[in-house]
Amino acid sequence: MELLVASAIGIMTAGGIYLVLRLRTFPVILGMSLLTYAVNVFLFTSGRLTVGAPPILRDGVTVYTDALPQALVLTAIVISFGMTAVVVMMGLGAFLGSDDDHVDDQPETDAEDGS
Amino acid sequence: MNHWIIAPVVLPALMAPFIVLAARYHIGIQRAFSVAGVLAMIGIALGLAFQVSDGSILLYQMGDWAAPFGIVLVADRLSTLMVLLTVVLALFVLLYAIGSGWDERGRHFHALFQFQLMGLMGAFLTGDLFNLFVFFEVLLIASYGLMIHAGGNARIRAGVQYVLFNLIGSTLFLFALGSIYAETGTLNMADLANRVAQIGPEATVGIRVASVLLLLVFAIKAAVVPLHFWLPSSYAEAPAPVAALFAIMTKVGGYAIIRVYTLIFPTDLAVTSGLHDLWLLPAALVSLAIGMVGVLAAQRLDRLVAFSVIGSMGMVLVAVALFTPAGIAAALYYVVHSTLAGAVLFLISDLVRTGRGNLDLTPQPPIAGTSLTAAFFFIGAIAMAGLPPLSGFLGKLLLLDAAYGTDLVIWIWAVVLISSLISLAGFARAGSVLFWKSHSIPTPESDEPLPQPAALSYVAVGGLISVLVANTVFAGPIHSYTTTIAAQLFAPAPYIAKVLDTPGKLSPPKENN
Repeated sequence: MELLVASAIGIMTAGGIYLVLRLRTFPVILGMSLLTYAVNVFLFTSGRLTVGAPPILRDGVTVYTDALPQALVLTAIVISFGMTAVVVMMGLGAFLGSDDDHVDDQPETDAEDGS
Repeated sequence: MNHWIIAPVVLPALMAPFIVLAARYHIGIQRAFSVAGVLAMIGIALGLAFQVSDGSILLYQMGDWAAPFGIVLVADRLSTLMVLLTVVLALFVLLYAIGSGWDERGRHFHALFQFQLMGLMGAFLTGDLFNLFVFFEVLLIASYGLMIHAGGNARIRAGVQYVLFNLIGSTLFLFALGSIYAETGTLNMADLANRVAQIGPEATVGIRVASVLLLLVFAIKAAVVPLHFWLPSSYAEAPAPVAALFAIMTKVGGYAIIRVYTLIFPTDLAVTSGLHDLWLLPAALVSLAIGMVGVLAAQRLDRLVAFSVIGSMGMVLVAVALFTPAGIAAALYYVVHSTLAGAVLFLISDLVRTGRGNLDLTPQPPIAGTSLTAAFFFIGAIAMAGLPPLSGFLGKLLLLDAAYGTDLVIWIWAVVLISSLISLAGFARAGSVLFWKSHSIPTPESDEPLPQPAALSYVAVGGLISVLVANTVFAGPIHSYTTTIAAQLFAPAPYIAKVLDTPGKLSPPKENN
């Protein structure tokens, strides 16, 4: 199970970084989503992987799962979800405004802006 | 328990929704409440700074949960100094935004401004790494809104870059926090300091990775080369009052580096040896050099100021990277100076834009209100370039003094002094093109004269400059205070004891029995 989860995180991170480096709004946003999935799973596993164990102290139980990473993941999910929505809106606004979906500075548009 | 510590976070958190919900159609009421809120925060910040000035450490346990389990806010000398600096800056920036009418050019400026302050206050006061992440997000989310305030294509394009870069930074932060939690099982800073020190030399892989990732995250915030690429475009395109407020945002990164790398990963820790002198110091020197060369190379005034912010942040981090008490004291003195000087220059570039219509560094007819704007620019440029008699010179002197006797003294002295000369040339070129050459060019008769900047704008810039002058005049007391801050940072035992030994709910059994 460890190998499966670890390789899933690795593949999602690699794919996310590749897409972020494409420097066009749509692939970059997809890449960011993949990266945030990867980091959410990563945070989840930072409390060690246990299956079927209770998170709350109880009599007669010796194996517990760590409840804190789950709370951390919840915070991270909420923030990354909201931020993805924001960046989609801003990316759409930038694309509709300038008819160009590059996220880096283009040399020729820079010269136009500077005039 | 002292409840005042949470007041700087709660007050803007209540003020912002009030402004959105109750006063959204009345700009006058919004302005009144926003200014009143900031004034109240200055009072609270002064009170907190006075309470900790004797070296005591204030602790606030949220919900009365004891430290490693609950989230704590901690106020010591360093955090209250940063809080005070932020609210003083915020007051003048807010006055400028009101005077220049920037707050009317889009919606919800004041609400976002208050949320931004809430995030900044929380980031300075928190004693928990995950809580630091949350407050970073609060201040970033508010800054996304402020960054694209008043709209425009160029601004939204720069805003997309800014948001994406910071989203990647936040993801990196989460990876760092995940690895720290996996290695130590805690995210409370004081608890971490104890546990990291106990990690044996054979099991350091995870914590090494985590400490480097964390340094990268803070370096992105502090715009250290090569992670500075987000800064010039976004600061140049942001509305001027927002850019002036953002002058404190790079310092949040600097603050986080100082806090985490004196408390959790101190220099004498074998696990992270080499991180400070081998990586952070050269990177800081390169950002100092690149920032100041950028000042000379910039084609527009707003980009020039943005590069000078990178350069001055490089200067701060050179002093931080020495990780000696003298270095940290010099860095903190320079933090106060460079925040104020950067904000002054951003506001002045807006004064120039108001009277001129653009910010290109080309000779153009004289602008409206030239003489006063030119005088302010002269003072701001002297401060930023670090010439006597203003505090930039004193800060640089303290840095050179702190670097004397270290291994890299030749490099530090050479880079600091040469880059100062370059930035001086850059500011002199900009000033003479903007304000002197213009007198040889006749004003076209046909053009309507552009409006004169409002009086309140000048009051705000003059107020910031007077704080800068006060920072120079009272350099002695301020430097001895930053020296006591550094002494407190390098003796973290009282901090750790205060956080971990204060009883609350779920205290360790020895307290209950």
